[in-house]
Amino acid sequence: MMNAVERYLAPTTLAQALAALATPGGATVLAGGTDLMPQANAGRVKAASTLLNIRRVQGLSAVALDGNALVIGTLATLATLQHDALVRAQAPLLVDAIDHFASDQIRNAATLGGNLCNASPAGDTLTPLLALDAQVELARLTDDGSIATRRLPLADFFIAPGRTRREPHELLTAVRVPLRGTGQIARFHKAGTRPALDISTISIALAAQRDDQGCLHDVRLALGAVAPTPVRAHRAEALLEGRRLDAALAAQAAQAAADEATPIDDVRATAWYRRELVNNLTRRMLDDVTQA
Amino acid sequence: MSLKHEIRFRLNGVEQRTSVDVGLSALQLLRDVIGLPGTKYGCGEGECGACTILVDGASVNACLLFAVDCGGRELTTIEGLAGDPRAQALRQAFVAHGAVQCGFCTPGMVVQATHLLAVEPKPDAASAKRAIEGNLCRCTGYQKIVDAIVDAGARLADTTAGDKQ
Repeated sequence: MMNAVERYLAPTTLAQALAALATPGGATVLAGGTDLMPQANAGRVKAASTLLNIRRVQGLSAVALDGNALVIGTLATLATLQHDALVRAQAPLLVDAIDHFASDQIRNAATLGGNLCNASPAGDTLTPLLALDAQVELARLTDDGSIATRRLPLADFFIAPGRTRREPHELLTAVRVPLRGTGQIARFHKAGTRPALDISTISIALAAQRDDQGCLHDVRLALGAVAPTPVRAHRAEALLEGRRLDAALAAQAAQAAADEATPIDDVRATAWYRRELVNNLTRRMLDDVTQA
Repeated sequence: MSLKHEIRFRLNGVEQRTSVDVGLSALQLLRDVIGLPGTKYGCGEGECGACTILVDGASVNACLLFAVDCGGRELTTIEGLAGDPRAQALRQAFVAHGAVQCGFCTPGMVVQATHLLAVEPKPDAASAKRAIEGNLCRCTGYQKIVDAIVDAGARLADTTAGDKQ
């Protein structure tokens, strides 16, 4: 696929990178390369005329607090996030998922922005970020040469496997995770045949607030690898919202989540088995929350 | 005919300047262009870890790294670790524990374990196991490798403690 590449660019500023994306013929974006390389070798991606390496663009790998949000630069590697004190304190759910992400070698190279833009329904960071109600920042160059940024809820970002709402001339520059107060519930579970280097059979991420009476609020339950994109289980969330969690409610919500899932049969599991996993693992996760 | 791009980088402490196809992997660059065969080609898709190298001190799969992205970076392969104290301790421990059988995974294991000892000088068995999650071995059953890594860390820690006395 790389035979189609006529130009290789490795800019150091965002404006240069956005200018390259805006040229006719577009650009294939390279960051960590851990997904692009095997996809290119397998002939699964159609290369644009420009191969745009964004890894040297300054200012896109920082982790910082901005008002009421944790802002993660698109080029932050998963290894950086796994060990970053701010991320560990403010988004332990994301760290929990990264602990289950591929291997040390891949975490040292792979970027958060790459994992999101790759848009695999089984992407490991997608479900926790959906449960955390994250937003993505997309930058583009305007006609007068300035940089314009828009924000999009991550829940609206994914269209289909490998497809997102990022326009060809846009670059995902950052992920914004809203900060929550105390009483935060966060759980992640990835089902697979081994902890490392496995594409998840399914994954589940749960985030909620629990009040003094033990009732759950702002419940977000995200499911991976059960639909063409990672999805929120809205009916299960509605059942849990404002209610005091007990075994009966956990079973009811878990069944609702399984009913909402629309998985397929593939080499990793049958659709039937995936629904069983969603039901049983969601119930187990909620029971764990009840007892915590 | 694919596009070529010239890169400069440091390989095992030596400046390199070469022109590479934009689709070439760092693994192909190391083995087929430069001629360093210590880094192994196993799966070519980041699953087996046989091609593990250090880039700017962090371990990565050379098969997933675009060669063009090596420009301006510092690469260390198993050949470049010959004089590294951590790698030397690992080599001795791998021999002592019988952690080498067919040997194909060994360079990747040693490079990855060298990276572990750099970030965690005295790992326990659990840390060693986590660190080599991305390295497959079909011979040893891993226990001997884990034992060797833990032992190498312990010996290095003892040596360092001895130096301070």
